[in-house]
Amino acid sequence: MKKEFHIDLVNVHKYFGKNHVLRGISATISKGEVVCIIGSSGSGKSTILRCINGLESYDDGDVRVNGIQVNRNTPSITTIRTTVSMVFHRFNLFPHRNVLENIIEGPVFVKREALELAEYRGRELLKRVGLSDKEKAYPGQLSGGEMQRVAIARALAMQPSAILFDEPTSALDPELVGEVLSVMRTLAEEGMTMVVVTHEMDFARMVADRILFIDGGRVIEEGSAKQILSDPRHLRTQEFLHRLLQPI
Amino acid sequence: MLLSILIEGMRLTIIVTLGSLVFSTLLGLIWALMRVSGYPMLVVTSVWVVNFLRGTPILIQLFYIYFVLPEMGITLSALQAAIIGLGLAYSAYQAENFRTGIEAIDRGQIEAAQSLGMSWSTMMRRVILPQAVRIILPTYGNTMIMMLKDSSLASTITVAELAFKGQILALSTFKYSTVLTLVALLYLVMSAPLILAVGWLEKRAKKL
Repeated sequence: MKKEFHIDLVNVHKYFGKNHVLRGISATISKGEVVCIIGSSGSGKSTILRCINGLESYDDGDVRVNGIQVNRNTPSITTIRTTVSMVFHRFNLFPHRNVLENIIEGPVFVKREALELAEYRGRELLKRVGLSDKEKAYPGQLSGGEMQRVAIARALAMQPSAILFDEPTSALDPELVGEVLSVMRTLAEEGMTMVVVTHEMDFARMVADRILFIDGGRVIEEGSAKQILSDPRHLRTQEFLHRLLQPI
Repeated sequence: MLLSILIEGMRLTIIVTLGSLVFSTLLGLIWALMRVSGYPMLVVTSVWVVNFLRGTPILIQLFYIYFVLPEMGITLSALQAAIIGLGLAYSAYQAENFRTGIEAIDRGQIEAAQSLGMSWSTMMRRVILPQAVRIILPTYGNTMIMMLKDSSLASTITVAELAFKGQILALSTFKYSTVLTLVALLYLVMSAPLILAVGWLEKRAKKL
């Protein structure tokens, strides 16, 4: 009974000390889906992502990737992390390694791929994100948009079943947002399963199959991108979108 | 004549320094890794060991190893005792320096390594330590220079290194000023390359 790739969250609770940040999150993400998670800062959006690949533990409920429970303290966490890659808002590239080395680090030192193969695939990925000429550059010599594209290539190099994006454009200058979003859009079109925490509503509108609106650690509203963004039913969703679209 | 006797002493000074440098580096790395491991047992052990070593004089530690351990059936040569004693004492300072360097690495680096599925040891080896080295090096260099000079403590447990030879020579020839000046200069000759090497390493590390 081999089912297609899926991520399941059931009634997930998470506390940071006394702060109850996730209050019963349930969601399912299926193969090929692009799910955008929106909501105000501190609503718990990023924490959801971080629970999926075990960067954060959770206190109650169940998170499963392909049926395997996510538990930071069991060896299966390695399988989960090589199945589900992550792209961070601060890129988190390795500053002491050049672009190509950043990309092959996981394949070579975690998946034990042969160096030549990893380098070959790394260069292919660099081509895909439009950075073939930067292979030897160090992260410090790149712009934010370039760094994030390298980070995406690094995530792809693991040949993951899904990629988690944690506010991938929030640390970028406005003029660099587009190049990152366009790489992500191509990925989505190629059928990559993606969970994206974002404030980019245009991206969500165009790319997301589904949107989750999170507030106060709960899923307040869930639906197609069109429905959530054009016709939000819940008052809090309406208020959030109103504030976002008319900030002044 | 004077000089050739002193140069003989230099040989042992270098052996004591290098030996205890290697020993203190390995041991210091172990204390530091225990300290950042997150396992309470290892953390507490490391804290106690480091504080104990930092809180007691090196001289007493040396005496203890050379004079007290034999009572427990562990007999070491003077040279072995000096290397182990100095190495042990300095492992505490090395550990504190290594820990500071490791803890200075951005949390995002740890998360990136984890999200690639790296084990703790792979993360340390491939991501954290190579970056921490840059932070650690300047202090490490100073520790090396201090160890070179503190190797003279080995003279107190009869290791015939430079300071020991100098003392004997000065006492027997009464040429205090000549001998002690020569001894000081010889220490300088040994520490100067270290000072230069550290500067070079720092510059090289900064380029990354």
